[in-house]
Amino acid sequence: MLYRSLFPRDIYAELDRLQQEIQQTYDLSPSIRGLTRGFPAMNVGGTAKSVEIYAFAPGIDPASLDVQIENGMLIVAGERKLEAVPEKATLHIDERFAGRFRRVVTLPDDIDPNAVDANYHDGVLRISIARKEAVQPRRISVH
Amino acid sequence: MNQTTTSTAAARKSEAVGEEATRKESSRNPPAMLPPVDVIEDGSGITLFADLPGVPKDKLSLHIDAGNLTIEADVVLNLPEGMESSHAEVNLPRFRRVFTLSKELDSEKISAEFNHGVLKLRIPKAEHLQPRRVEVKVA
Repeated sequence: MLYRSLFPRDIYAELDRLQQEIQQTYDLSPSIRGLTRGFPAMNVGGTAKSVEIYAFAPGIDPASLDVQIENGMLIVAGERKLEAVPEKATLHIDERFAGRFRRVVTLPDDIDPNAVDANYHDGVLRISIARKEAVQPRRISVH
Repeated sequence: MNQTTTSTAAARKSEAVGEEATRKESSRNPPAMLPPVDVIEDGSGITLFADLPGVPKDKLSLHIDAGNLTIEADVVLNLPEGMESSHAEVNLPRFRRVFTLSKELDSEKISAEFNHGVLKLRIPKAEHLQPRRVEVKVA
């Protein structure tokens, strides 16, 4: 008779997978800066003609945002001030970021630092940087 | 500024009841991000702030249903055509979070503001339940 384990054969693999999923879900990284991934959260993507950066920074006065391109890096800095908790009030949950922030993104080599467009809408800062004409892909015909 | 004050709790409530059946259907909820919130309580009520970046005003929905407050919101980014993502920290297109309201809160009188991706909700306590100073008489 074949021996059959009481447990699924790959229970440890299953547990491992579960742990990984939990880790991804809650991002329990042992970062010295705590559990959050940093503020603002950022998405980066690109098209053939531009590099697109989205910084999720709700509740900020757009005039106070400092966006710079320096040595091939994009720097987004600013400060988020939250409404003060009134005296005699109780703060039950305190999860939203407050204070100064600064995030740096390395840009690809082919961007044109003079063709940048930035706007702030619904709490998202969108920065669009054009790629240089010369390096946009071109088909070379073979004779 | 796209600031609005809506005291549509009553309207929302009836809406929520109407939608309950359909919502129950679809409430094997699709995966969503948990928005960070601050909750502050004072003598007359609770103020809740939620960060919902990338959510246009018409994609935010608040439901009050059986003592639960549900915040649901869709992220709309208008990505340029053909964009390929290379790094994404916001990787789901919606936010969702549910809170249980305690009995002394008056869900009929909730007011909401939504501005630059920050939702501010004010949930007052029912008037007869607001704290009162009790005179202690010494006989």
